[in-house]
Amino acid sequence: MDYFTSPSVFYAILAVFAAGATGALAFRHHDRAANILGNSLAAAGSLAGLLFSGAVLLEGDVPAFGAGSSFSLLSITFRLDQLSAFFMMVICLIALLCSIYALGYVRHYYGRYSVGMLGFFYNLFIASMILVATSHNLLFFLIAWEVMSLASYFLVIYERRESASIRAGSLYFIMTHAGTAFIVFAFLLMYQATGSLDFEAVAQGMAGASPLVRNAIFISALVGFGVKAGIIPLHIWLPSAHPAAPSHVSALMSGVMIKTGIYMLVRISLEILPGPFLWWGLVLLVIGGASSLLGVLYALSEHDLKRLLAYHSIENIGIILLGLGGAIVFSSAGMNSLAALSLAAALFHTLNHATFKALLFLGAGSVIAATHTRNIEKYGGLIKLMPQTALFFLIGSMAISALPPLNGFFSEWLTFQALFQGVISLDVTTKTVFILAVGALAFTSGLAAACFVKAFGITFLARPRSEAVSRASETGIFPRLAMAGLSIAIICLGLFSGAVVRLLSGVGGSLANIGGAEAADAAGFESVSVQNGFASISMPAVFIGIGLAAIAITAVVFLLTRRRQTVIGRTWDCGADLTPRMEITATGFSRSIITVCRRVLRPSSETEIEYHDANRYFPKIGEVTMGLHDVYRTYIYRPLQDLLTLLAGYTTKVQSGNINAYILYIFITLIALLFLLDLTT
Amino acid sequence: MTQTIFWIIQILLIPVLSPFFIGATRRIKARLQNRAGASSFQPYRDIWKLLHKDEVISEDASWLFRAAPYLIFATTLVIGASIPLMSTALVNSYTGDFLVVVYLLALGTFLLALAGIDTGGAFGGFGSSREMLVAALTEGGLVLSLLTVALISGTTNLMAIPQSIGSVPFSESLPVILAFIGFSIAMLAETCRYPFDNPSTHLELTMIHEAMILEYSGKRLALIEWSSANKYLIFITLGANLFFPRGMADSLELAPVALALAVFLIKVGILCVAVALLESSIAKLRIFRLPDLLFTSFVISAVAVGLVG
Amino acid sequence: MLRKILTVPKILLDRQSLAGHGEGIATSGEPREETRDIFKGSLAIRLVTAGSTNACEQELVALSNSYYDVERFGVHFVASPRHADILMVTGPVTRNMREALVRTYKAMPEPKIVVAVGDDAIDGGVFGGSYAVLDGVHNVIPVDYEIPGDPPAPRQIISALLDIIAKLNSRRPAKD
Repeated sequence: MDYFTSPSVFYAILAVFAAGATGALAFRHHDRAANILGNSLAAAGSLAGLLFSGAVLLEGDVPAFGAGSSFSLLSITFRLDQLSAFFMMVICLIALLCSIYALGYVRHYYGRYSVGMLGFFYNLFIASMILVATSHNLLFFLIAWEVMSLASYFLVIYERRESASIRAGSLYFIMTHAGTAFIVFAFLLMYQATGSLDFEAVAQGMAGASPLVRNAIFISALVGFGVKAGIIPLHIWLPSAHPAAPSHVSALMSGVMIKTGIYMLVRISLEILPGPFLWWGLVLLVIGGASSLLGVLYALSEHDLKRLLAYHSIENIGIILLGLGGAIVFSSAGMNSLAALSLAAALFHTLNHATFKALLFLGAGSVIAATHTRNIEKYGGLIKLMPQTALFFLIGSMAISALPPLNGFFSEWLTFQALFQGVISLDVTTKTVFILAVGALAFTSGLAAACFVKAFGITFLARPRSEAVSRASETGIFPRLAMAGLSIAIICLGLFSGAVVRLLSGVGGSLANIGGAEAADAAGFESVSVQNGFASISMPAVFIGIGLAAIAITAVVFLLTRRRQTVIGRTWDCGADLTPRMEITATGFSRSIITVCRRVLRPSSETEIEYHDANRYFPKIGEVTMGLHDVYRTYIYRPLQDLLTLLAGYTTKVQSGNINAYILYIFITLIALLFLLDLTT
Repeated sequence: MTQTIFWIIQILLIPVLSPFFIGATRRIKARLQNRAGASSFQPYRDIWKLLHKDEVISEDASWLFRAAPYLIFATTLVIGASIPLMSTALVNSYTGDFLVVVYLLALGTFLLALAGIDTGGAFGGFGSSREMLVAALTEGGLVLSLLTVALISGTTNLMAIPQSIGSVPFSESLPVILAFIGFSIAMLAETCRYPFDNPSTHLELTMIHEAMILEYSGKRLALIEWSSANKYLIFITLGANLFFPRGMADSLELAPVALALAVFLIKVGILCVAVALLESSIAKLRIFRLPDLLFTSFVISAVAVGLVG
Repeated sequence: MLRKILTVPKILLDRQSLAGHGEGIATSGEPREETRDIFKGSLAIRLVTAGSTNACEQELVALSNSYYDVERFGVHFVASPRHADILMVTGPVTRNMREALVRTYKAMPEPKIVVAVGDDAIDGGVFGGSYAVLDGVHNVIPVDYEIPGDPPAPRQIISALLDIIAKLNSRRPAKD
């Protein structure tokens, strides 16, 4: 076991990814070889990484190693404490299954785009995410962060002949670098306060920092990592970037990359900055509640299956932030066991969301590849044409709607319990925020269920709504294997929630500000109980209960109705012929909820009618476009963009084009610097 | 041994009694309309007849349509084993958490909504859409009203809550009353009663729950009708036993439990009369006024939670 | 209020006065399938108007009022043919309604019964021989019972229904 967690294994894992990247690049003229080499090496590396991080988590030791470098500030050090190992495990688990999926899926790109480049950037992307999760030096972290952003940018614009992809990539590029700027600012503040760039040294040095510095670091870290995580209102890049990438990359981006933002938020607020303040937790609770509600409401209005899933990622990040905000509030009040509970809920939801979001994206990728369209209004009846994909997508939908007995239900249950404890034990103003957070979480899960009834029902059930879709066929063996793997993971995480939550409370407890408290106790039959029996649940009991009841009722009904027959007939159509246009549409399904929330969502409806005659009495074709008004662009980003353009306009006055003026500027700067030097020494 | 017997009673009581209370509610409504109404045991005859009919299943339906009624009925059975019926001495710490009950109900709704879309008919789809609108917005009020009583009694286990609510003095019972109001609005929404839905309408454009089951026939229809009767009795039981728990036995002996069962039947009867009276006096609201009502339930329950402790 | 709930309203016609008015109800031979006793306590009716003058419909609607109250016999009207046991057809079956009537019949699960209500449904009635009608339901789907009248009064319809229920439940299974 010791060997498993040694540094050489870690470097070997990185070497495997490097081999995958270079191999894919080397074979870029042979699509099939590049695909197999790139993806199987990525899968091998992920498997090894999974075993490595699993060993670290189970053993509890903290491997720390590194190599120095010629720069005094940059040291390539890694430290896998429990939190890093947990995130590395999540990354590797999803990367493993996405790589298996890609072995079959990338075939759709043969001859159209360069599969070698895809393999190269894909391996680079996974490796950089592992580096982000395990690095121990702020500067090295920034380098890994930047590599991750660049690799994902190239993956987003992979289908470079689609103008939508290029635009999505540009927006993503700008937003992620704006976020990185805020992160750099936070790190610079940390360096200035402590004089070092190593996480541990910074954590010790921050004890003496002033509250102003700590608040500034928190705010800029929140904005910077929030852009990557996709919190509202910094989310505008997410719905266009995630769908633009190839589906296995979307699964990785949505399931794992946005969690790296969460990882650093956890680390900064609960480890590096000692003694969090109450208002940080409250801000996170408010942002989490708003993100979850708005994310799911926007998801309800989407026609593109992948954009719908991207908005759901925003919703689930909101739920994770609810857990994290609760942890910060409890930690600031000194209630460490509650903080451990809340953080365990947030981390469990991170893991769960990674699994079911990846499964949903992979399923969506299969559907889009089989039907060649992304518009949900054209789908239908795919459950008969693609039965296994439909089953896996159903499991993913049930998990994301937090339905028992799957894993999504348990992590929402745990988040609810953490929020309930907040309602019990805190003072009036904080209590109100927690009550509103409970309400937000309850509404979110209901709306998410509504959205997935729509997504699954319209895509897979009833009859096909277009010709192309009626000719779809099931995907190959590798995508189905990957989706089956994720489904098994979802079911197992649901059944063995008790064991997982015990592991996670160890992870949470290892953080400095929480200090080793226990989140939840275990009782008989794999049940989990919280806070001395305030709440207890046994997931296997729920699972077995439903199973036994279903078997019992099926047996009883079968015995009673043995001699009855079942006849197949037409759908009841009231005597008219049913056309695909008579089935419920996705727009129609969710329009009622959107109309109910119209103050928030600002629905818009444009009508275009083409007439037969000039007097406009006889319409020929009418088209109604129902959409949502994009409030963020109108009220936040466009004014910001106009302001920046205005400021840039002023600074162009400095650029006169006259070389003599430029020499004058240099001269003035030199004189000023000499003065400054004279003054300071 | 007595534990086993009482557990068997607990699990079987809801499915066995639920058609009677649906029939009783219908009969009271009929009497209030000056009609005689069908007997209170009519739903039993309906279910028996449906079990003895053949089924016609649409050619567009998939395995989900075929499996959904069994799963939905199974969830109501599991919920029935987790709610307080007659004695607080029965303990279920595995599935008795109120969030498990709320989300099992959501599972049933999810499966039924999918079954409604599955056949591709014109009515099932919009029935599912309306059902999900109402179900999504009911969650907030339901969770918060149950949270109120959970906070008062210091546990979220539904079977353990009645013990403490019974000892709350009247002067401090405002949160309980407010939570009951929030809960009853949520109950009317989830059980498809007025003002949310008309359970006996024939006009498809006014249906919410009925529209999703138009394609079911024979034994599956029997199971679906039975499941919605179970859901009705489950909500009435929760309303009766969580908010007015006087009369529940606190041990597992024969005499107190028999008395508790009698009191339970009386309480449920009173609530059925109340529901029938309400249904006979108000009109069904148009669908875009329903979210206002549901949001009111949420606000009342949130105030109730805030008032606790 | 309690007295109102517990006592039977006085304006209701009692069962005895309703029975025995079903003269003229005809049956078309033996039933197509054994029905046992399943329709004794509960009967679901789906009404299809195949081009009728709506006179029969008005009488059928009157069945649910507080005077006749057919619900107390366990009979109720349903919206979907999949939920129905009896298909009541009124009207002489116009050509445009033929396909709809056949589809409704096929959508009903067995065991099912077809009742033609009104003279128009039995043989075309006043409209018989017209180019637009098919002269009675029996030309489209097999009919089990007929209720004559133009339109039959609610009293006649109810007693005919009670007779039908009695006839259904007095049959013994033909085999085993």
